[in-house]
Amino acid sequence: MDIKRRQFLKIAGLSTIAGLGAPAAFNLLLKGGPDTVSYASSGGEAEASHEAAPTGVRLGMVIDQRVFDANKGLAQKCTTACHTVHNVPNFGNKKDEIKWIFEVPFEKAFTGKSQYHKNKNLEDSSFLVLCNHCDNPPCVRACPTKATFKRKDGIVAMDYHRCIGCRFCMAACPYGMRSFNWRDPRPFIDQKTHNKEFPTRMRGVVEKCNFCVDRLARGQQPACVEACGNTGAMTFGDLNDSHSEIVKLLDNNFTIQRKPSLGTNPSVFYIV
Amino acid sequence: MYDGKYIIPGLIVFVALMTFPIWKNMGNAGIVPKPEKPVGVTKCVESAQYMRTSHMKLLDDWRDEALRDGDRTPVEVDGVKYEKSLMNGCLKCHTDKKKFCDECHVYASVKPYCWDCHYVPKETF
Amino acid sequence: MLEKALTGSNKYWGWIAVLLAFMAAGALSYVQQYNYGLGMTGMSRDVSWGIYIAQFTFLVGVAASGVMVVLPYYLHNYKIFGKITILGEFLAVAAVSMCLLFIMADLGQPTRALNVLLHPTPGSILFWDMIVLNVYLFLNIFVGWVVLTAEKKEVAPPKWIKPFIYISIPWAVSIHTVTAFLYAGLPGRHFWLTAILAPRFLASAFAAGPALLILLCLIIKRVTKFDAGQEAIQKLVTIVTYAALINVFFILLEFFTSYYSNIPGHMHTLDYLFFGLHGHSQLVPWMRVSAIFGIVAIVMFLIPAARKREDTLAIACVLLFVSFWIDKGIGLVIGGFVPSPLEEITAYYPSFQEIMITLGIWATGFFILTVLFKIALSVKEEKMIS
Repeated sequence: MDIKRRQFLKIAGLSTIAGLGAPAAFNLLLKGGPDTVSYASSGGEAEASHEAAPTGVRLGMVIDQRVFDANKGLAQKCTTACHTVHNVPNFGNKKDEIKWIFEVPFEKAFTGKSQYHKNKNLEDSSFLVLCNHCDNPPCVRACPTKATFKRKDGIVAMDYHRCIGCRFCMAACPYGMRSFNWRDPRPFIDQKTHNKEFPTRMRGVVEKCNFCVDRLARGQQPACVEACGNTGAMTFGDLNDSHSEIVKLLDNNFTIQRKPSLGTNPSVFYIV
Repeated sequence: MYDGKYIIPGLIVFVALMTFPIWKNMGNAGIVPKPEKPVGVTKCVESAQYMRTSHMKLLDDWRDEALRDGDRTPVEVDGVKYEKSLMNGCLKCHTDKKKFCDECHVYASVKPYCWDCHYVPKETF
Repeated sequence: MLEKALTGSNKYWGWIAVLLAFMAAGALSYVQQYNYGLGMTGMSRDVSWGIYIAQFTFLVGVAASGVMVVLPYYLHNYKIFGKITILGEFLAVAAVSMCLLFIMADLGQPTRALNVLLHPTPGSILFWDMIVLNVYLFLNIFVGWVVLTAEKKEVAPPKWIKPFIYISIPWAVSIHTVTAFLYAGLPGRHFWLTAILAPRFLASAFAAGPALLILLCLIIKRVTKFDAGQEAIQKLVTIVTYAALINVFFILLEFFTSYYSNIPGHMHTLDYLFFGLHGHSQLVPWMRVSAIFGIVAIVMFLIPAARKREDTLAIACVLLFVSFWIDKGIGLVIGGFVPSPLEEITAYYPSFQEIMITLGIWATGFFILTVLFKIALSVKEEKMIS
């Protein structure tokens, strides 16, 4: 091997490391250790119970489907309450559609749960789906500007001022819970009912459920939870507070999460 | 110089056109904006001087604190509490966007996109 | 050297005029899209990326393929490619420029694009993609220009340019790897969630890119005095053939894993693309055309008589290019969104404006390519005359 070639190989090797290795190394550095606990385990519905030890506040929600099944029309009330309070536009067509919380049949909410003989209760039951405020959110990982980020209390929030509209988060969300403002939303917000305390969005940004951060700051419950009144259909609270109502519900009921095998650790639980 | 007879007059015409607005408005600053302050209120969260030069910075900071850090503790000045919010803070006193915000923004030809999302008091859209 | 792009035959100016017309039409459509929002396109909540990001993905491959002429020449001292390395590099420049334009066209808030730099986020693959693409663009312009300037002055290229050339080689691999990571790291999108995506991207890129380069060489031979030479073209054919075969192999591996494992999520998108899913088969004709064109092209490349004749070679290259363009520029990106996370099937048809913008960006790419090639070839022609 002549000297030139040897020199070259050195440079080529080094530059390969710089070109390919650096991003991975950076990511490792940034991710740090603790997360790997949840990565290490793989597949299977049992994953949800193996989440890392609770630290700090983690806001979450329990949806009691039995109550929704018994109160037809309650879910629609939740959707209306949410969409009104957040000035979510109604375009009246599927292409431009924006939605934060909506009803879908069981097999769409819980894909991959095969039903050879479908449970009678599930037949005409529809489930409310909303942003899961994952403990390990793929959308936050994907966002190139930190326009979507996880707050200390576990809420996955959006900063509409910063969003560039690349829609990487929409591709990354395995639940289909993000919507994009394909066009100016303002003309499609009902002027009679809109909430003047809450801004609208502009075209070209992504939006989704924010667990009502602004209402929580004022000591209120999320709009959908409030809409349920005292039916107990929805319970909101700190998943890490052993004295909270939500933890008691989780302790005493069998609950499921959407797509737990993906390791996103959703904070929304369902009692079916 | 090659083709000087074209280049020099060309340059003169170019410079004249580019500086036309200066010649035309010589000695005239145009109509100086007079933003209308809220009646009966004498204090803001900062001095008038600071607000005039840096209100946009203050709004950015408030936004980041409220939205990103989740810190929505009201700003307290001389015992009066102000919500850290454009719509639910600033605009509670400064109720007339046209006579307050737009007055200077139009003059300075800046187009902040605040109003794409945030409501103006009494606005219909 | 730029002045060389300002003199040319009527044919040259005619071609430039055609490109400018398409660019203007694209710009006009973009103004419409800019004023209305991305709702002007056929994209929707379920298919949230469309033909822009698909073109971007395909063209990153074309850009990366420049390395297929740079590497043999600079690393293995394969002299035959010396004449066309500059073409490879300039093709990469044009392709990366198109990539960046497609990204810009796809942004909901293009004026905020620099937020990516203002709030750097090393956890996001898109942040890295932005970095590798821009650096690759710089490397190719820089290396190409310096080497060409030296050639014009009839001196050897300066020694200090070597490190830049050597860096550009792994860098080419990195741009397509990082682009594959945009897709391959997303949970819940089974079609993309495959470790083989990056190698598959590279294989199809190293076939489609050089196939385009062969076509360009054949065109150049007709319209200028420059001839890349039979040997260089045949070597490119060898590269294209191997890469195309490896790509087909990789695709077959995807089919095996999906259908033998019989996991519904893994089969859904392939079903949708090649056979139709629950009666939805919008993309089936496209994907079948892609498969047939690909196979026919490879067979033609394998038959000595077919690959040695310029007309049949040109046909094979066109077929291969179209085949891989459909595979990556339509099937991969758009297919990946079907079915949606809620297992709904939403069809996507690009709108008129969307197509015009796409054509406009392609025209811009070819404009850059034409100007750069014109400069490079004028330098080479001058040398031939003197």
